Amino acid sequence: MAVAQSRVRPAAGRQAGPSLLHRLGHQPLGRLLVLPAIIYAVIVTQAPFILTIWYSLQRWNLQRPERRGFAGLDNYRTLLTRDPSFREAILNTFLFVVGAVLLSLLLGLFYAELVNRKFPGRGIVRTLLITPFLIMPVAAALTWKNMMLNPIYGVVNWVARTALPGNPSPNWLGHFPEPSIVGVLVWRWAPFMMLILLAGMQSISEEVREAVRVDGATAWQEFRDITMPHLSRFMQLGGLLGTVFIVQEVDPLYMMTKGGPGNATTTLPYLVYRKAIEGSNVGLGAALGVIVVLLSIVVITLLLRALDRMMRGV
Amino acid sequence: MAVATTARPVVRQPARFAIRRRGANKEQASALWTVVAWGVGLLAFFPVLYMFLTAFKTETAAVSLPPRLIFQPTLEQFRTVLSGDFLPFFRNSAIASLVSTALVMLLAVPAAYALALRPPKKWKDILFFFISTRFMPAAGVIVPLYIIFREAGLLGTMRGLIILYTAMNLPIAIWMLRSFFEEVPKDVLDAAEVDGANVMRLMTEILLPMIAPGIAATIFISIIFAWNEFFFAVSLAAAGTATVPIFMVKFVTSEGLFWAKLAASSTLAVLPIVLLGWVAQRQLVRGLSMGAVK
Repeated sequence: MAVAQSRVRPAAGRQAGPSLLHRLGHQPLGRLLVLPAIIYAVIVTQAPFILTIWYSLQRWNLQRPERRGFAGLDNYRTLLTRDPSFREAILNTFLFVVGAVLLSLLLGLFYAELVNRKFPGRGIVRTLLITPFLIMPVAAALTWKNMMLNPIYGVVNWVARTALPGNPSPNWLGHFPEPSIVGVLVWRWAPFMMLILLAGMQSISEEVREAVRVDGATAWQEFRDITMPHLSRFMQLGGLLGTVFIVQEVDPLYMMTKGGPGNATTTLPYLVYRKAIEGSNVGLGAALGVIVVLLSIVVITLLLRALDRMMRGV
Repeated sequence: MAVATTARPVVRQPARFAIRRRGANKEQASALWTVVAWGVGLLAFFPVLYMFLTAFKTETAAVSLPPRLIFQPTLEQFRTVLSGDFLPFFRNSAIASLVSTALVMLLAVPAAYALALRPPKKWKDILFFFISTRFMPAAGVIVPLYIIFREAGLLGTMRGLIILYTAMNLPIAIWMLRSFFEEVPKDVLDAAEVDGANVMRLMTEILLPMIAPGIAATIFISIIFAWNEFFFAVSLAAAGTATVPIFMVKFVTSEGLFWAKLAASSTLAVLPIVLLGWVAQRQLVRGLSMGAVK
């Protein structure tokens, strides 16, 4: 607390005379102003999660309300031992998130490096690069599925047939569903990484850069010795934020593959939707929800720590 | 030149040569850089551009190969979409985004002000509590929300979505606004103290005008997230009055039949947000990183 505050207001300034803050005291007004937001967040986000835990212990299918009853850990047992879709979904979630986060970090780094230099039209290029992130994911998914990746009429395969030997024309979503989805996720999230990394790059002082340039460092050496070490905490933050956001991306799955073929592109959050909303199985869906949250807590804890470090400017 | 060389340590020589060589190639290098950067930018933008272009084609032209970038444009698709059932969805999206954003600001401005300038005990815990609610996967609460909404008659209503979008954007708004409040110089607060301004006056006459760009950016971010949201909408509103993303769902099965109409609908669906995002792009990063990156 003391550390974060002193960054905003120098300690010396706070001692000088009874300031407005001191006169009114830190409380109770401060608490009063935060309270409505806290209450709202607790009611809408915390209370339902308690219910999720409770529902996860019940046998409850909305199609058969008469069979509702307490089931103990049966739902969890079903998921862990009898439901292959659960294991597939865990694996998919892991692969999608790790793949999409790492690749979008790499591509984002490339984007950021490109627009971090002055060249004619830099502002326009940056705007072009950001745009995929602004596009409504549902609309983007449909554009990719149809106009880009359709095996016959899609632009991607037209280019492949025209430019490559052997005229390949793969059925992307049918035969390569995972890479296709990851590709669309990366296209959408690389701009996000670019924005964070660009902010990091711009916080490197120009003097340091100038100094190594005078010493004759090549562009690559400058990138390796100056840019990369400085960027590590921005990469970390981008990676963790990307993880918590990308886990939740069900839009491209719903619009492009419906989680298939089979369960090939079903992730845990999408499985919750399929079981609980489409399949009316409240108990099973809730148990899945609990598992998703438990798995997320690890990442969220790391993320909160990274944010804390960022706030303190460490 | 010779004098300068002898005046410096001999070791420096290779480096100086390197610089000169770099200088000679500098123009070439920067021309290459420009070409590559523009190429990458246009490539990343291409799907969006192609979507915009297809919206102005006839259905036949939309699926004709080779894909055409230059063609006789038509407004036929926009006319069809706008005279169909698109507008109610658009209106719903506008209502959900704007009303939830208004509620977000109503809750977040006082909270962020307090957390930045009048920190209550454990302010840091409070801050992290808020953000952890945003990071929790929606899948963890969707089941009870579905049941509660069903019981309360909120399934398929805008009210239900507004409640959730407010909760969804509240943490981001608090973090973002707090980072703006924090940047208000101490002198300003002191000057206000000398004037004896009360909290309301301090807020409305001094603080809010000072952080107006921050307020605007927060509003934009909140609208963008609410407008594009899909998971809550498809789970809780799909059956009734719903937002634009749900309108788009009907194109899932169209398999190459209505690409031009799909493109026209997509263009209308994304346009407000793309424009807003372009305007707000300087502040975008702060919102996306919860105010941690400026």
